[in-house]
Amino acid sequence: MDDQKLKIKAKNSYGMIRAESIFKRSLIGVGIAMVVLVAGLMVTLIIESLPSMKNLGIKYLWGRTWDPVNNVYGALPFLIGTLLTSFLALIISIPFSFAIAIYLGEYNPKGWLSNFLKNTVELIAAVPSVIYGFWGLLVLVPLVRSLEMKVGVLPYGIGIFTASLILAVMIIPYAASLGREMIRLVPSQLKEGAYSLGATRYEVIKNVVIPYTKSGLFAGILLSLGRALGETMAVTMVIGNTSMIPDSIFGPGNTMASVIANEFTEADHTLYLSALIELGLVLFIVTVIINMIGKRIIQRFTNE
Amino acid sequence: MQKFLKSLKQGIAASVLLVAAIANVQTVVAQDDKTLLGAGSSFINPLFSKMFADYNTKTGIQVNYQSIGSGGGILQLTNKTVDFGASDGPLNDEQTTKFGVPVLHIPQASGAVVVTYNLPGDNNNLSLTPDIIADIYLGKIKSWNDTRITSLNKGVNIPGLPILVAHRSDGSGTTNIFTNYLSKVSPEWKTKVGSAGAVNWPAGLGGKGNEGVAGLVKQTPGAIGYVELIYALQNKMDYAKIQNKKGKFILPSIASVTAAGNVTLPPDSKIFITDTDAADGYPISGFTWVLIYQEQNYNSRSKDRATKLLKLLWWNIHEGQAFTEPLNYAPLSKEALKVAEKILKSATYGGKAIL
Repeated sequence: MDDQKLKIKAKNSYGMIRAESIFKRSLIGVGIAMVVLVAGLMVTLIIESLPSMKNLGIKYLWGRTWDPVNNVYGALPFLIGTLLTSFLALIISIPFSFAIAIYLGEYNPKGWLSNFLKNTVELIAAVPSVIYGFWGLLVLVPLVRSLEMKVGVLPYGIGIFTASLILAVMIIPYAASLGREMIRLVPSQLKEGAYSLGATRYEVIKNVVIPYTKSGLFAGILLSLGRALGETMAVTMVIGNTSMIPDSIFGPGNTMASVIANEFTEADHTLYLSALIELGLVLFIVTVIINMIGKRIIQRFTNE
Repeated sequence: MQKFLKSLKQGIAASVLLVAAIANVQTVVAQDDKTLLGAGSSFINPLFSKMFADYNTKTGIQVNYQSIGSGGGILQLTNKTVDFGASDGPLNDEQTTKFGVPVLHIPQASGAVVVTYNLPGDNNNLSLTPDIIADIYLGKIKSWNDTRITSLNKGVNIPGLPILVAHRSDGSGTTNIFTNYLSKVSPEWKTKVGSAGAVNWPAGLGGKGNEGVAGLVKQTPGAIGYVELIYALQNKMDYAKIQNKKGKFILPSIASVTAAGNVTLPPDSKIFITDTDAADGYPISGFTWVLIYQEQNYNSRSKDRATKLLKLLWWNIHEGQAFTEPLNYAPLSKEALKVAEKILKSATYGGKAIL
């Protein structure tokens, strides 16, 4: 009898062990599938852009003309457009997202007002980008146009500046949410210590909270930047879509993502299609490089 | 370590299987004999939806049309995943070589591109000549009170606003027809810019889709742009009368667009009818074609399926034409219909005529 029970027990635990290892294996499988997916993406991009690489060579990167009729393709105007809009958007959004993060993380972490603000900010991230595009076209463009008339530049209303404004609004929640979480994680002993030494609230934030959360805040910025680099729909609706290098931040331009979305469906010859895919590859690489630089900076901050 | 390697190996095997399974799904194509598949031009989609719904109630045959753009439709036909493609432009040389076998172009209806503008005051239907339009789009005429424009439109109130040029930012059949027209009427445009679904614009701003261009024009006093006739009619926009080859100023309308196609067409119908010879024809218009393989016996298709496809297309250019005008498309002209019939009759199955 006892023997039987032991056997069943052994059998059961054997089954458990098997289940454990199947579970573990499937976890590894899914993990590797992700790596295969990214590698596959990269390989596809490279293979598909080979015709363009062979034909146009490295000067594709600094060519200034994008002419599908004569098969001359240069990515420089779009590279500049992408970087310009993204970094401009980042500069505009940082004060807002940090202010929100500090207010919600430090001054008003609980209660209905805090919850309401938090949910509103998160809602900004959930709104589909085409809606921002519409809003930009109908509301922001006339505003920017009247601003441009006062400044004395050509009053297009659309252009790099308008696109950056839209992007700035869209990316605020990323840095804000991450920043808020980070600020709430600051150990209260540290803050209390500072207070007991006579520090004011502002001094605590400046000398304790911000230094402690530096890497987290920066990671939030990086997340925002990644979003800004790849944003397509809202940008294409307000940027003016010209394949020239923008002559001022109020001038029209174009970004890599926007060009791909605009021209991909009707690209009717191999080299054209391939040049567009190479644009995707460049965007991919730019994103990877910026992420790597960001990771390095975060590491440096945390090691200090 | 050994154990880790083993689980790694199994993990790789699992993920490879997963990827293979995903890849497998797309090779399965519907081969249901009551459903025909088509893909391409988004311009013709509203007309096709109406036509095919009606055809379905009459014959029980379902047509599944994906409006993915002309380029996409041609690609799908090249890959033989659809029964027919639809395109706003004829195949270019590279696409023709890619097919390797003869592909038939069957005109379905015509569309036109109108020049629209936003000028304060009462000035609908301004008269414009081809070289004025070309010079505006080349960035050479910069203001609305240019003497070339005002002398053509005496007595019309034209404010002296700077011209803002708006064009499509996405590749499109509309741009193809418009730039094809400009290349025909302006040698400078032909050498400097050329014609295609997307070009290197010498001036102006780009908007995505008809609605993008229309948005730019509506918002900016002094703007000029080009949109599909259907879009302009539905949205009650101002548009210009354009001087055609015979010297007449023609207002774009369904009648004048159909008239533009009433010229002697080449037997394969592969022609842009822009800058038409027809005296009453509006000069910026073009056909939308359905593309099919001339030899229908490929990919082990049944003869039944090929016949169904041909019957559908025959219906399209005859009974189906009744749906064009209510939807603001221009029906085929007599000449175009004659050519289309001949082309359909040249389709074969195993070398024998189908119709």
